[in-house]
Amino acid sequence: MTAWLLRRLGAALAIVFAVVSFSFVAIHLAPGTPFLPEQGRPINPAAVARLRDEFGLGRPLPEQYVRYLGALARGHLGESFSQRRPVAEAIATALPNTAVLAGAALLIDFLLGIAIGVFQAARARRSSDVALTNATLFLYSLPIFWLGLVLLLVFGQWLHWFPVGGVTDPVLYPNLPLWGKVLDRLRHLALPALTMGLVGAAGTARFQRAALLEALGQDYVRTARAKGLRESAVLVRHALRDALLPVITLLGLALPFLLTGAVLVEAVFAWPGLGKLAADAIAARDYPLVLATTLLASVAVVMGSLLADLFAVLADPRVRMVT
Amino acid sequence: MTVASWLGLLATLLWTAVAVAWSRRAARGPHGEAWRRFFRHPTATAGIAVLVFFATVAVCAPLLAPYRPSQQLDIVALQNRPPSWLHPLGTDLYSRDVWSRLLYGAQVSLGIGTLGMAVAVMLGGLVGTVAGYFRGWTDAVLMRLVDVGLSVPRIFLVLLAIALWDRLGTGPLILLLGFTGWFATSRLVRAEVLSLRERPFTDAARTAGARPWRIIIRHVLPNAAAPLIVSAALGIGHMMLLEAGLSFLGVGVQPPMPSWGNMIADGRDQLTTALWTSLFPGLAIAITVMALNAIGDAARDALDPRADYLFEP
Repeated sequence: MTAWLLRRLGAALAIVFAVVSFSFVAIHLAPGTPFLPEQGRPINPAAVARLRDEFGLGRPLPEQYVRYLGALARGHLGESFSQRRPVAEAIATALPNTAVLAGAALLIDFLLGIAIGVFQAARARRSSDVALTNATLFLYSLPIFWLGLVLLLVFGQWLHWFPVGGVTDPVLYPNLPLWGKVLDRLRHLALPALTMGLVGAAGTARFQRAALLEALGQDYVRTARAKGLRESAVLVRHALRDALLPVITLLGLALPFLLTGAVLVEAVFAWPGLGKLAADAIAARDYPLVLATTLLASVAVVMGSLLADLFAVLADPRVRMVT
Repeated sequence: MTVASWLGLLATLLWTAVAVAWSRRAARGPHGEAWRRFFRHPTATAGIAVLVFFATVAVCAPLLAPYRPSQQLDIVALQNRPPSWLHPLGTDLYSRDVWSRLLYGAQVSLGIGTLGMAVAVMLGGLVGTVAGYFRGWTDAVLMRLVDVGLSVPRIFLVLLAIALWDRLGTGPLILLLGFTGWFATSRLVRAEVLSLRERPFTDAARTAGARPWRIIIRHVLPNAAAPLIVSAALGIGHMMLLEAGLSFLGVGVQPPMPSWGNMIADGRDQLTTALWTSLFPGLAIAITVMALNAIGDAARDALDPRADYLFEP
């Protein structure tokens, strides 16, 4: 187990290393000076000097590469052109917001997705199952930012149930009592989390339905039914236990989907997280910031798939431990 | 919208019905087993109909559209007008006809999705075949490369490329979408080729003295076509969603060229006053991608019932 874990960890590190090296090559292929803005973009001269020194610009490429790796390892990602502060600082303020959003979306995604999938499998091929199959297919095919805009319009602008953007109310929030602050944050979280959660839940439901239907065709299910168990017990205690595993391993694989969704949904709801940081940075052609979010996203994805593998091994001893 | 363009729309709908009926007839022919399995899927017929409709509309956009896509009709009288007989989907902020833009947008969105996926399928097919057929260190190197590619969410890769090279035309955008979209396909093809190269018929070809590339092209690839077709159908939808997202962020298709994604972005600030400007392009994407997903599902059941398809978003 330990040996497997170490091997798997080594592979993950190798992937991150490859992504970082690729980014180094990409930066040097691009026009302009790495980490420094081209002519005409205002930036603090002291910062320029600091970066020149830190990244060793002007020295031979191999040395620059080593310095680049060293700077990244220390968490130094350069200076953001558009925000005029270190990239690491901008990321540190954005990361918690995205973590909250992604966590809430994941919760909706899996609770709703598994519930719908189980319901559909229990009523397979009846009209309610067919209707839900079409509904999840539709949701799954929606452009996520468009769903966000529609929800924003209906629940924000027309019904006024939820605020139309941001993390907190800019005027009221500082003066609210503690429970009011929590409530305000939840109200702001609702729509973006629902947007990402609904699209995710559609995919999870499709997967869960298929997995559960496959489990229901197994011999042990027939045995359980032959013993005279109630159908609900067969479904939940026997089939679902088996069919939940592939769905839970989806959890780790959901990260790329969540991060992609975050870029678009945060742009719709003015949610100041990593995705909005990346989208704003792209508008300003602020590539140190884009680069940092890309590296962070790939680290998150690699960690996610590592955790998913680990979980699969822990939950199901039949899963072979291969790297 | 003039009488002629309404007649054009009617003709398109008729042609769609004819095409669907024709493809369903193929299912009754002597070689129609796969088609029968395909049409057994409840949504397959609807999917084909939607796709034929939008593909026709995309190809015939200059004939069907009453106005040019960037033509500003009357900035005073026709700004943000709701749907009417003259402008069935309304007009936008710049008094452009939304229906005309939607038709030309079909050209751009479907075109980018299809061409991007074509690049991705070719690359993925090539890499998967080489890795699966030659195995050994070639396989190891290529598959580690795929691991790396799959570890970066595509939207970030594309954003990074745009950040570094400032702006991309439509051609480079298609290539970029293709170059970042082949990783999952190559894994699929590799798995297929790994099993095909051990089959008796490839052994027979090898014994007969055929060279590797001849075996690959004549014997292996035709048998690996099913997963490629299915992954292409499902992949075009993903490509279109990605293109729409990038255009929404303002870094995909550049205005005034209409794509469904940048039309949604254009209408975004008038949601409360001119809902139709982003509602219809959004629905168009949703319906088209849904049709592609339905066709992909049905094609999988028809061609390749046991496979699992994994896609990076």
